[in-house]
Amino acid sequence: MGEFNVHRVRFFDYMPSAIRALAFQPQRERIAVARTDGTVEIFNRADCFFQEKVIPGRQQAATEALAWVGDRLFSAGLNGEIIEYDLDNNKTKYTIDAYGGPIWSITSNKQGTHLAVGCEDGTVKLFEVHEDRIQFERNLAKQKGRIISLSWHPSGSKIVAGMMDVIHIFDTETGQSVQRLLVDRGVGTSRSQECVVWSVVYLSDGTIISGDSAGKVKMWDSRTGTLIKSHQVTKWDVLTLSVSQDETSLAVGTSEGHVVQFQFLSMVLGQEDKEWVRTRTFKNHTHDVRAVLEVNTAIVSGGMDTQFVVRPLLDKIDERGQASALRNIQFPHRRLVSCARKAGLLLFQYPGHLELWRLGESEGNGMFGSVLTVKRKPEKLLHLKIKGEEHICCSAVSPCGGWIAYSTVASFRLYRLHCENNNVSIIKVSKLPKVLSSANQICFSSDSSHLFVASTCSSVHVAILNQSGCKFVCTLKPKSGSGQAINLLAASEDGKWLASANSDHEVQIYNLNKMKPHCTVPVHSSGVSAMAIHPTTNNLFMVHADQQLTEYSVEKKQYTDWSRQVQRHGLHSLWLERDTPVTNVTFNPKNPAHIVLHDMYMFCIIDQTLPLPDQRSQFYNQLTLRSMPEKERKKHSHAFKMCKIFKELLFVELMEDQSLVVVERPLMDITAQLPAPVRQKKFAT
Amino acid sequence: MVEESGIRVVRCGGNKISFRAPIISKDSRFLLCASGDLVKVFSTSTEECVHVLEGHTGQVTGVILNPTNHLQVYSCSADGTIRLWDFIDGILIKIFVCGWPIFSIYVSEKHVGIAFITIHMESKKHGENFQLVALHLPKVPEQEVEAREMSAVLCNISSNPGSTAMGRGGEYVASVMGRQLTVYFFKKLKTYRFSLKATDKKGAKNAFTCVACHPKDDCIATGHEDGKIRLWRNFNQKKEYTYSTQHWHHDAVGTLCFTTEGMHLLSGGVESVLVQWHCEEVNKKDFLPRLGGAISHICVSPDGQMYSTSHLDNKINIIHCSLKLSAVIQGLVKGNIWTDLMIDPRTRALVMNGRPGHLQFYSLQQDKQLYSLDIVQQEYINQEGLDQFEVMRAAFSVGGTWLATVEERGRCTSDLESSLKLWVYNEKAQSFELNTTITAAHQDRIMHMCFSPSTETTMLVTTAWDNQFKVWLLGLDSDTQKEHASWSCDYVGSYHGLQPTNCCFSSDGSLLAVSFKEVVTIWSSDTWELLTTLCQPPGPIRELCFGRLSCSKYLLGTTAKNLFCWNLLTCSLEWSTPMDVCLLRSDPLSENVVAFSLHSGNTDLFVFRPSEPRPLFTQKAVCGGKVQRCVFSPREEPLDSCDERFQWLNRSRLYFLTELMELLTFSTKAEDERILNSRKQLLVDDSVAVTPFYLLLGKHRQQQEEKQNSGVSQAADRVQPPQASVAIKELLHTPAHVLPAASFLCSMFVNSLLISNTGSREGKEPAEQVEESEKEEDDSEEEMETHDYEQEVRTQGSVEEAPPLLSKAEEKELRRVRKTDFSWVTNLASS
Repeated sequence: MGEFNVHRVRFFDYMPSAIRALAFQPQRERIAVARTDGTVEIFNRADCFFQEKVIPGRQQAATEALAWVGDRLFSAGLNGEIIEYDLDNNKTKYTIDAYGGPIWSITSNKQGTHLAVGCEDGTVKLFEVHEDRIQFERNLAKQKGRIISLSWHPSGSKIVAGMMDVIHIFDTETGQSVQRLLVDRGVGTSRSQECVVWSVVYLSDGTIISGDSAGKVKMWDSRTGTLIKSHQVTKWDVLTLSVSQDETSLAVGTSEGHVVQFQFLSMVLGQEDKEWVRTRTFKNHTHDVRAVLEVNTAIVSGGMDTQFVVRPLLDKIDERGQASALRNIQFPHRRLVSCARKAGLLLFQYPGHLELWRLGESEGNGMFGSVLTVKRKPEKLLHLKIKGEEHICCSAVSPCGGWIAYSTVASFRLYRLHCENNNVSIIKVSKLPKVLSSANQICFSSDSSHLFVASTCSSVHVAILNQSGCKFVCTLKPKSGSGQAINLLAASEDGKWLASANSDHEVQIYNLNKMKPHCTVPVHSSGVSAMAIHPTTNNLFMVHADQQLTEYSVEKKQYTDWSRQVQRHGLHSLWLERDTPVTNVTFNPKNPAHIVLHDMYMFCIIDQTLPLPDQRSQFYNQLTLRSMPEKERKKHSHAFKMCKIFKELLFVELMEDQSLVVVERPLMDITAQLPAPVRQKKFAT
Repeated sequence: MVEESGIRVVRCGGNKISFRAPIISKDSRFLLCASGDLVKVFSTSTEECVHVLEGHTGQVTGVILNPTNHLQVYSCSADGTIRLWDFIDGILIKIFVCGWPIFSIYVSEKHVGIAFITIHMESKKHGENFQLVALHLPKVPEQEVEAREMSAVLCNISSNPGSTAMGRGGEYVASVMGRQLTVYFFKKLKTYRFSLKATDKKGAKNAFTCVACHPKDDCIATGHEDGKIRLWRNFNQKKEYTYSTQHWHHDAVGTLCFTTEGMHLLSGGVESVLVQWHCEEVNKKDFLPRLGGAISHICVSPDGQMYSTSHLDNKINIIHCSLKLSAVIQGLVKGNIWTDLMIDPRTRALVMNGRPGHLQFYSLQQDKQLYSLDIVQQEYINQEGLDQFEVMRAAFSVGGTWLATVEERGRCTSDLESSLKLWVYNEKAQSFELNTTITAAHQDRIMHMCFSPSTETTMLVTTAWDNQFKVWLLGLDSDTQKEHASWSCDYVGSYHGLQPTNCCFSSDGSLLAVSFKEVVTIWSSDTWELLTTLCQPPGPIRELCFGRLSCSKYLLGTTAKNLFCWNLLTCSLEWSTPMDVCLLRSDPLSENVVAFSLHSGNTDLFVFRPSEPRPLFTQKAVCGGKVQRCVFSPREEPLDSCDERFQWLNRSRLYFLTELMELLTFSTKAEDERILNSRKQLLVDDSVAVTPFYLLLGKHRQQQEEKQNSGVSQAADRVQPPQASVAIKELLHTPAHVLPAASFLCSMFVNSLLISNTGSREGKEPAEQVEESEKEEDDSEEEMETHDYEQEVRTQGSVEEAPPLLSKAEEKELRRVRKTDFSWVTNLASS
């Protein structure tokens, strides 16, 4: 007999949207990612590329480009608007119309004083960056045709604009076009089509590099306006270019899904004259690479196939470790599924709607590994469409299954759910307390009597739920006064404690009896990717983005002995080298020593009673253990019991009745829904 | 090699010319390549072998131009010497004795007086570890010098010369071994090593196969087992080195070479496609496909005008830099040999399997492939593990007018496809033409086939595993109105459902012997009646062979243990000897039969006559391993060896193929001496490429000159021919505007081209007649008289050559008597 009955759920049709733009903030090592649905995600390069923040998008948002000015993030899109984001509270700060039609590109100068946007009407508009706003300064000389791409010279005195069939160099002082570089069209049938200069880069030595729809990367001398060299990189389009900080390396993204690296090398060793030489080719994408970035030690790329790929440059990394691993981020580093453990319901969060499903039931128990017959099929109870253009940023279902809450940037909704046999009725709770206007994170207490809503400045609003509705109790505020948004909430089983983690890596524990902050967990260098409070011991179990595990005793206000032992002993290298963070932690009520975790590729039960594995021991030992005799099995078993039999996991939870819910989303299904890639001749086909 | 008898086993031609990379001389006129222990100099325009640089006593392992004198060449060999040659005149200049077997040689103009050679690591002489050492070549006037001063450069390198290369201007040397690239900088005395992972995630094989260095930039190209080519740059840094990857070859990259200016990179491999990569535009590449076997070496001429590719099937292609094939030098192809060795009766060429699906006609005298006959007539695909048609059997009819071939596919799998093809020699086209194709001639594999030697009927017998033998006859097809005759099955024979193995016709064609396991059946070829059976158990019959000439009444057969000789007149066993004969062949021109027997790892040779169980000649340990095939090739002119033991070599030569695919033959001392004497230094005129035509012309001209010098007295009665060379010179060297009208010059020019007629009829005839009389032995009396007359004329012309008339005729008579075969006398005496 198997240990758990497993519900393998495959009816969550999660579909990420394509990556459109990337921007890197070198001082704080943040990477901003814009997706086609308007979502902007912030990844922290220093923290294992953990997805720290997600700013939900909206319908009809068509973000085309991103630009950092210092710590501030701007985006521009085909709706003609420039948006500045409020990164503390994960929402847009303000929107300005550029009045030039759709905007194709936005870029800031190195000094951080100006933003330039390229518009459909052929103007390059300069905006001055002020403390709190940006202000239109002037137009550069208007050209015929749209401005597709822009790049500032590092000195800020010149700006290069890629257009259709032509590249213009503008003097920012006079606003006049200084040079006009004609770009050749492709040969053959594409001869009749205009050549789109998808991307330009202006180097400090005066070289301009352009990538165009004829598949060429061209190096120009901006002083003379002559072509120095042309590289045919692909038969299709060169979509994006990115040069490294020290201008010795260039990454090129093509619509074949390849990323090609060029390096500025001296042809004869020891001599000064250097040339751009095509060196490596990375084939990590199946579709168009729409954005590429050269981040000091890695090339980051994203495109139509929705993957965020971090390809490390091994020649710049000294030792093997987390930094040298290829990362392929496909799923968000947060939960999109919430689960009513007592009622057997699953709530799936889509950008524009929610789905509530009841799990199926099966007959009896089977052998290990066998498939049980399904007595009752899983059933979709509810399809809740949201009103307005904003996308959902968080949602939750109460453990009893009686309440559903969700929030967009603009509004917060709470529903009462009645579920009797086959009749499902839903009532919107109309009178909500005024403070509950929007939420970053929603959590119900385990007995479904309280609702915790994370709001701005790391504060948590507490409300009581009863038959009549929702009553606001108080607002919990951290002592530190951090302005960052909360990204995780966890309530204890006995209703006494509440833990909150924000994107500054701070974890606060509140005493719900006193409605006061209880303590602060010592700040770890890496963000918390999942946490939960143990139902019996009230220990807060946290998993960090760098794969570290910590357990903090809430009552004693200190790390537990087990946690200290883990820190002392160190984790197995195979555990540390996993490239996806743990996104959910849950406990086995039958066996308090068991902690159930999962990331995208595996789920794992940590048995705190067993010894930790040392570096030499075999890590994935479940199958070998099974074949061993009983006595020997004891000797070889260790605390980490991994299971990799499932496809890509979005969610794993232990239900009240000891059954395990596994929400799978096979990547094959995601790829199947993508548009067809450009046709490529494959050898032997 | 053998007893002091003066007979020895010699390697006869067919050496591998694609063993090491060839070099092209600076003016692109000559191509030099290592071939066995010789260095051969070929003309790039005419494909002829111009010189042979002889002297090494071991396999030549490298040829390279002297960087300080482009008319000289260094060659290194496994005999431990480096030799410096003048290849234009074929003169050995110097010998540097190193003492260690050398596996490859590299030089650069920066390191004058130093050769980099690959030798064994010093500790183990026969180990698998090799090192690259810099050998100082001392400058002393003596021809033979000891070169002992050497210093190690790189250790643990591959012995393959393609896996080490000198870098730009000799600044560094790059070597690959396994999955590691090593670069050694001479100036800084620093070594950098770059390793690749064992496999990447797709299971690609990353091991290096070859390396080449860019001549102008610091760029190293490496080829890999999975077909990738990597271009390495910045390799003077431990960490920040970089490489780009190109992938076209589907199998391991065999060789890489940069062109002289570094504009292109050439690569080749199993695909036998020359790929030209453009260094500037990495995506652009040009191809030259269907070059032959797998490409093993590519070389570029110093002026960049010529490329050459060496192929595993012993071929060198010379390719113009615009990727046009300009010349082919083809040696003996030694691939899989399934057919017997045969001698084409017309050309006296050796015929055997050549390129896949072809039969090669190889001239043993000229050591050159005459032509390759496409039997299968299907494109061969250069890929491992494909089941493609191969020529399995071939047989010539007596006159050489008919050629029968069997091709098969699906030998390993059960679905065998085979076809029997019959080819007729077309006099007009001077080649074989397909006459009849019989698909699935038998149900199963055809094991053996032979033509009937009788001249009246053209008949072919095939035996196969389907327990039948079939007789095929050439006849006019009555159904169709076609003019030409085609082949059809005449008779199907079998014997108790046993599997036939061998078949053999008696020398007059009246009897056919077919062996069925232990039983030999004798059939009459007229009536197809089973005449008798001969049986001598135990063990199945391996080989079957009729005696020739006076011994034609004997039939020889071998089993695993015994050699039998039956007398067909008495239908009884004449004699037998316990002997494990692996190969049995009879000489078509004499009674001699040769048997090879494998004995304790070596093969012994026995020559005997079927009439007596006593060997005429034996030689122990002819070669190591089993002899695969052998053939008697008739000599152009018989030897007149007096020693009884070597008389069997007088009329034919025996060629045999060893396990290592070496073609060996026997040579007598007299023969060796004659070859040595006949070998003359050919003088090469700088302006003319050496061709046989040129040599002919040259000889003609020489003769003319001699005649002019000697025949002062003849000058009176001869019309002075116009000075051909003078006329042409005048025509060509005078400026055009001072030349007379073309009409005026025309007749003079045409005259100069005519072969000058000496006027008298007699003057022309003698040469021909003499030759004829040498060959044909039944000259009539009248012709003898004309001879005499000619002799008189000649004596009139030149006094000095006047041997006594009678004695010459006598001598001729004597020679004829000596040549006549009196073996029948001995036979009479013995019987």
